[in-house]
Amino acid sequence: MKKMKLSNLYLWVVFILLYVPIIYLVMYSFSKGDTMTNFQGFTMAHYQELFADTRMIQIVIDTLLLALLSSLIATAIGTLGALAIHRTTKPLMKNTVLSLNNILMVSPDVIIGASFLIFFTALKIPLGFGSVLLAHIAFSIPIVVLMVLPKLQEMRQSMLDAARDLGSSNAQILSRVILPFITPGIFSGFFMAFTYSLDDFAVTFFVTGNGFSTLAVEVYARARQGISLEINALSGVMFIFALLLVVGYYFIQEGQAKRKAHAKKGGHALEKTH
Amino acid sequence: MKKSSTNVAFYVPYVLWLALFVIAPLVLIIYQSFFDINGHFTLSNYATYFSSGTYILMTFNSVFYAFVITVVTLAISYPTAYLLHYTKHKQLWILLIILPTWINLLLKAYAFIGIFSQNGGINTFLSMVGIGPKQFLFTDAAFIFVASYIEIPFMILPIFNGIEELNESFVNASRDLGAKWWQTFTKVIWPLTISGVKAGVQAVFIPSLSLFMLTRLIGGNRVITLGTAIEEHFLVTMNWGMGSTIGVVLIVAMFIIMFLTGERKKKRGRRA
Amino acid sequence: MKKLISLTVAVLLVVLGLAVWSAELQKSQGATGDNTLNLYNWGDYIDPKLITKFEKETGYHVNYETFDSNEAMYTKIQQGGTSYDLAVPSEYMVEKMNKAHMLLPIDHSKLKYLNTFNPDVMNRSFDPGNKYSLPYFWGTLGIIYNDKFVKPGEIQHWDDLWKPQFKDNIMLVDSARDIMGFSLVSLGKSMNTTDAPTLQAAKAKLDSLAPNVKAVVADEIKMYMAENEAAVAVDWSGEAADMMAENSHLHYLVPSEGSNLWFDNLVIPKTAKHFKAIYAFLNFINKPENAAQNAEYVGYTTPSAKAQALLPKSVREDKQFYPNEAIIKRSEVYKDLDPSVVGLYNDLFLEFKMHRN
Repeated sequence: MKKMKLSNLYLWVVFILLYVPIIYLVMYSFSKGDTMTNFQGFTMAHYQELFADTRMIQIVIDTLLLALLSSLIATAIGTLGALAIHRTTKPLMKNTVLSLNNILMVSPDVIIGASFLIFFTALKIPLGFGSVLLAHIAFSIPIVVLMVLPKLQEMRQSMLDAARDLGSSNAQILSRVILPFITPGIFSGFFMAFTYSLDDFAVTFFVTGNGFSTLAVEVYARARQGISLEINALSGVMFIFALLLVVGYYFIQEGQAKRKAHAKKGGHALEKTH
Repeated sequence: MKKSSTNVAFYVPYVLWLALFVIAPLVLIIYQSFFDINGHFTLSNYATYFSSGTYILMTFNSVFYAFVITVVTLAISYPTAYLLHYTKHKQLWILLIILPTWINLLLKAYAFIGIFSQNGGINTFLSMVGIGPKQFLFTDAAFIFVASYIEIPFMILPIFNGIEELNESFVNASRDLGAKWWQTFTKVIWPLTISGVKAGVQAVFIPSLSLFMLTRLIGGNRVITLGTAIEEHFLVTMNWGMGSTIGVVLIVAMFIIMFLTGERKKKRGRRA
Repeated sequence: MKKLISLTVAVLLVVLGLAVWSAELQKSQGATGDNTLNLYNWGDYIDPKLITKFEKETGYHVNYETFDSNEAMYTKIQQGGTSYDLAVPSEYMVEKMNKAHMLLPIDHSKLKYLNTFNPDVMNRSFDPGNKYSLPYFWGTLGIIYNDKFVKPGEIQHWDDLWKPQFKDNIMLVDSARDIMGFSLVSLGKSMNTTDAPTLQAAKAKLDSLAPNVKAVVADEIKMYMAENEAAVAVDWSGEAADMMAENSHLHYLVPSEGSNLWFDNLVIPKTAKHFKAIYAFLNFINKPENAAQNAEYVGYTTPSAKAQALLPKSVREDKQFYPNEAIIKRSEVYKDLDPSVVGLYNDLFLEFKMHRN
C-alpha cells in the first residue's frame, strides 16, 4: 500500500515536470505584458489578436494538413518497409538496411535540409508544399519502421504457420493475421511521424518556398523580435485541442473495447492489444 | 510465383525511399566532404578534423554531454515507464507523455528561460524563502536539465513498449521462488526489457550528439557540440565541405553504435 | 484491418477538409499568382500594416517569406526553385551576391524617391552608385549598458569591457565578424583585417575577455537585457532600440574609436518575375511617410532623410541612432572577404566560445 503511494507520487512528479513549461506558456498567454517574465494582469487580448491573424490561421491549417498527410503516407511506406525488413533472412543485409534506415534519424537537421534542397533543385522539383511534403514523408519513414518492427518480431511464427495450414493465402494472412497484430505499432508510428512533422524547423526551412510556411518556421521568424504572446495563445489553443482529442479518442476506444469484450466474453487475446 | 510478386510490392516504395532520400543524400554528403571552401578536391577536411585540438575537444564535449543527458534521461524514464505499465489507463498516460513534444521546441526553451531567469519563477521562489536569487541560465546543469526534459518522451516510449512485451508470468515465477524485489528486477525484469532500453538509448544518445539550438538558448554558447559546428559551417561560413565531414563522422559514429547494440542482441539470442 | 481502414479514411477526410479551408483562406487573401510580390525578408522586419496598405493601394498580393541569416537566404536563392522578387541582404552579402551574378540592376528611372535618401548612406563601397541595391535600414555595432549596474561614463571605449568589475556580466551577440571586429578595433586594427597573425592576436585578446562573458547569444539577448539579466551587452543599434523600448535603464553607445556600419538593402534577385510589383513596392516603401512608419515599427535607423524628418524629435536627434558624420567617418563597413578568411574568423570565434577559465 505504501509502495503504491510512493510510485504514484513519482509519476505525478514526472508529469508535473513535463507539463510545467507548457502551463507556464499558457499562463503567460493571459498576461497583459509582452514577455514571458513578470505576469502583468489578466487579458484575453492575445487570443483576439490570434483569431484576427489570418496569416497565422492559414499557417496552422497548412501545418496540420502537412503533418497529417505526410505521416499517413510515411506510415504506409514505413509499414511496408518494416514488413520487407522482417522478411529479410540474411543478417548482414538486415543490419545494413536498418543502419541506412537510421541515417536520417541521426543526421543533424541542417545537413538533411541542405542535401534535400540540393536534391530537389537538381530534379527541378519546385519548392513549396510539394517539396516540404516529400521531405516530411522522407524523414518520418524511419521512425515508423522502428515502431512497427518490434511488433513484427514479437509475432510468433507458429501463428502464421497455423493460418497457412488452415489454407489462408498470403494476402489473407497479411490482412487477417499480421496487420491486426501490428496495428498498435502502426498507430505509434503514425503518432511519432506526426510529432516529428509538427516539430521540424530546419528541414522545412530549407526546402520550402513560394509562400508556403509551417508553424515552426513562422515561430522562428517571429522570435527575432522576442516571442509575442500571441504565439503563447496559439500554443494554448492547440494544446487544449490536442489534449481533448487524445483523451476523447482514448475513451471512445475504451468504450468500444469494453462493449466488444462484453459481447464476446472471453477468447479475445488479440483484441486486447487493440 | 505469387509469393515473390507480393514481396516485390512490399519492397518497392521503401527501397525507392532508401535510394532517393537516404543513399543519394549520403553519397552527396560524402562527396561534399572531399571539397574545400574554394571547391577544390582535397582530403584536408578530414586532416583538419583529426588534427585540430578544437574539433577533438568538441567531439569529446559532445560525447560527454550526450552521455550525461542519456544517463539522466534513462534514470528518470525507466521507473516512469515501469510504473506506468501498472497504471489503470496506461495507454492514455503514455499518450499524455508524448503530448508535450507537440509544442514547439523553441517555445519550450523560451518558457524555460522565463522560469530560470533572474526574475523568473524559481528565483522568485528562492527569494521568497530567503535563499536569494541564483544563476541558473547558462550553466551546465540548466543545459542538461532542459536537454533531458526534451528527450524524456523519446526514452519513455520505447522502454514502455519493451516492458509491455514482458511476460508477467516470469516475474510472478521469480517472486514465487522467493526472490527479493531487487533480485527479480536485476535477474528478470531488466534483462527482459533491455531491448527497449537500447532503443531508447539510441533514440536519445545519437541526436544528443548534435544538439545545437539549446546550446545557445540555455547554454549561452558555453557548451559547444558538433551540432553547433555543423550549423555554423552550413549556415555561416558556407564551408559545406567541413560541415559534411563532421556529418560523415557523426554517421560513422551512429553505425558503430548500431553495430555494437545489434551484436549484443544476437549473443543474447544464442544463449537463450 | 477494419480499424486501420476506417482511421485512414478519417485522416484523409480531415486532410481534405483542411485543404479546402486552406484554399478558401488563400483566395480570401487575394492571391492568384500573377498579381503577387514575393518578398524575402528577415522575420518581423516590416510593419504588417504597411503590407496591408500596399495591397489595398496597388492591388498586388504580398507573399512574405522570412530567413534568419544572410547565408541561408543566399543558399536558397542560389539553388533556384524559388521566385523571390525582392530580398533584403546585408551589405557584405550584396557584394557576394553581386560577384556571383545573382542580382539584377535596379532601374533608377523608375524610382520616385531616390533623391530623398540620406547621402551618407548612399554610394557605399559594397555597391557603388547603388546599381543593385537600395538601403532599407542601417545602423552601427555598439555597447548597451544598464544604468542600474553601470555608471554613465564608465564605458566609453571597447577596452572598458575588459574591466574586472564586469566579471560574468557581459553578453555578446553570436556573430564572428562583429565580436572579432571589436577586438580588432580595440587593438587599433581594421575590422576587415585579413592577415592571420593579427586575427590570432585579436582572438587572444578576446580569450582574456572570457571571464567577463556571461553568454554568447542571438536574438534572445534583447529579452535578457530587458530583464536585467546582464549589465552590459555588445549588439547592433537596431536590437538596442528594441531593448531600450522595453527597459528605460538601458543605454546605447558607439565607442569613440569607431565601430561597424551595417546596411540592410533591398535587392532584386535574378529569380524575380513580377517587375511591375517590384517597382510599385520600392516606390511605396521609400515614400517618406511609409518609411517613417516602418522605422517607428521596426525601431531601426531609416536611410531616408525625408522620413527621418518625420520622426519624433527625440528619435531623429538621438546621436546614437542617427550618428553624426564623425562617427560615420570613423566606422567601417564590412567587405565581402575571401571565403577562407571568413572561415578563419569563424574558427577563431568558435575557439573563443570554447575557451573556458
